Amino acid sequence: MNSNIVLAVVVSAIAFGTPLVLAGLGELLAERSGVLNLGVEGMMLMGAVCAFYVSQELHWSSALVLFLAVVASMVAGAAMALIHAFLTITIRVNQIVSGLAITIFAGIIGLSSYLGEVWNIGGVAGLHQFNQVNLLGLKNLPILGPLIFNQDVFVYASWVLVVAVLYYLYRTRPGLYLRAVGENPAAADAMGINVTAYRYTHTLIGGALAGLGGAYFTLALAPIWTDGLTAGVGWIAIALVIFAFWRPDLLVLGAYLFGIFSALGPTLQTHHITALPSEFYSALPFLMTVIALAAASTSWANRRIGTPASLGIPYTREEA
Amino acid sequence: MIGPLRVERRLDTPKWLKVVVPLASLVLAAIIVGILLLATGHNPLSTYHQMYSAAITADGALSSTLVYATPLLFTGLCAAFAFRMRTWNIGGEGQLYMGAVGASATGLVLGDWPRPLVIIAMVIGGALAGMLWAEIPALLRAYLRTNEILTSLMLNYVAGFFMYYLIYDSDSYWRDLTTPGASVFPTGKTLGSHANWPGITIGSFTLPLGFVIGAALAVGLLLLIRSTRYGFEMRVMGDSPQAANYSGIRTKRKILSVMAISGGVAGVAGSSQIGDFGHVLDPRGLQQAQYGYTGIVVAALALYNPIAVVLVSLFIGGLTNAGFALEGPSFPTGLVGTIEGIILFTVLGGEILARYRISWQRRHVVAVGTGVAS
Repeated sequence: MNSNIVLAVVVSAIAFGTPLVLAGLGELLAERSGVLNLGVEGMMLMGAVCAFYVSQELHWSSALVLFLAVVASMVAGAAMALIHAFLTITIRVNQIVSGLAITIFAGIIGLSSYLGEVWNIGGVAGLHQFNQVNLLGLKNLPILGPLIFNQDVFVYASWVLVVAVLYYLYRTRPGLYLRAVGENPAAADAMGINVTAYRYTHTLIGGALAGLGGAYFTLALAPIWTDGLTAGVGWIAIALVIFAFWRPDLLVLGAYLFGIFSALGPTLQTHHITALPSEFYSALPFLMTVIALAAASTSWANRRIGTPASLGIPYTREEA
Repeated sequence: MIGPLRVERRLDTPKWLKVVVPLASLVLAAIIVGILLLATGHNPLSTYHQMYSAAITADGALSSTLVYATPLLFTGLCAAFAFRMRTWNIGGEGQLYMGAVGASATGLVLGDWPRPLVIIAMVIGGALAGMLWAEIPALLRAYLRTNEILTSLMLNYVAGFFMYYLIYDSDSYWRDLTTPGASVFPTGKTLGSHANWPGITIGSFTLPLGFVIGAALAVGLLLLIRSTRYGFEMRVMGDSPQAANYSGIRTKRKILSVMAISGGVAGVAGSSQIGDFGHVLDPRGLQQAQYGYTGIVVAALALYNPIAVVLVSLFIGGLTNAGFALEGPSFPTGLVGTIEGIILFTVLGGEILARYRISWQRRHVVAVGTGVAS
């Protein structure tokens, strides 16, 4: 395999990995507060459809339209997360069942598809999209140019976000409190931390980031709306949080690794390399997720794992 | 401070609540969906009337409701049985695909054997394929404690691509390579007439054989859960895995066997898809139907009770049927999942309300002194 193809795979791995970074960071924050959100796939689809609708309906300057589309996707994702938060945090519905319900409600045969059809935006090319920015004029540098200095604003924003989440989690007081809530809500409560508020806030931020990850599909990756276009990326994002041991830095590495698995099939196809059936490449990210999850649950990994101790468990003062 | 809403467990649930709450949940769901329909320029009452007619009263509506209820009965049982032990098998979708692959292979191989034998072999072929597929997440769960929700779900996608490979991208045994035109539009081989499962026809109404098998399975699973040592151990594991471990229940074996039964039941859904309805392995049709995922809705609404799954599968089957029958500008496909989701929210929420009491938290002024002084 020549080096051109390797570079092409890695460059598009960054594109494929970006929605994983965004949705994964959101899921990481929610899980750090103790809320498992299995509704990511549905939230991404809602973000994708709402962003695309806004970008098709408004006819102002591209930058403004795209900004509003991004805001719409985050609001849509957060709205779905609000349902999940109310059901699981306030009235203590099982988090697994509630998350699955969100994905069915918003998913491929649910609200996202319904809205796409009512708004009549299916199958048409997008009017606005995020383009590559020639950062610092360095895009022609060998290798690093296309990798780092020729990405779209979304990608740069996701890098900023990773640093922000890292700083927030490990260097700020609310970040410390967040980790406390996830590990031991009773102790956090005794310290005077509002457990419910922390859980609501981070579940909603998680939903907003999932919506943003969805918007990446319809505003940057391939500006078109089709039902269920995220095709399982939301689920891989949830798995990513587990085998990144709930750490943002590892999550980014994992996201781009899975970006490579996703990019492999399409890139090889454009270069007419068809050694293995295309279905194999399509299944590859999902197969690798199973393998990575299994590897992350071996005893070696278990000693390093950082599962928030209260993940999935509702908190009430009396029963803690 | 836990926020203004307080949830506390009721000591006992009044009988009337057990009846009123589910009904109220459904009414509330109908109102919410109605508001959504109004907001998107549809008339809710006429939409509901159309759905009722398409699912129940129109010519042949009941028969086609059963066509959709049959796979949902199996996938609902698949989810309900595993979820009862809090083993979250989300892989019903993929296990159904593999069941269809297994059953169509069995049916094709046996060809002209006597019909009863072919039918039994197809049921077994589908069940075995579903079981084997479910054992992958089960083994990982039992021996490595790998999260089975995600692994079973990932394998749905893998099974989907595998089916596509068999029909669209290879010269597999399942693919029709002889009929002219089949090379342009790849299809699976159509099974022989002995592999067509006979339905039970009463007048113009047809009860698919699969539904009868599914209903029998539901009774069997209920008895297994309620009245056997196996079922007791399952319930103990569901409520407290630690207690199960300390009491000497062989938890690893239990995970493997519960997932095998769950996956096997989903596999028979695939057998029924081939034998009762399709008579050919059709990856696209199976994937679009989403029966495996909808089975989770059925199981959750039935509160994991196998007999309730039979009834709920008819209800959701009717909804799905109405969705396909009315599909068009006035009834977008996405409405079915939206309605299912909203019913899930209200029923799940309502079920908690029946068991817990919700009140606005008032700030209690703690009378310092009274407790201490006396």
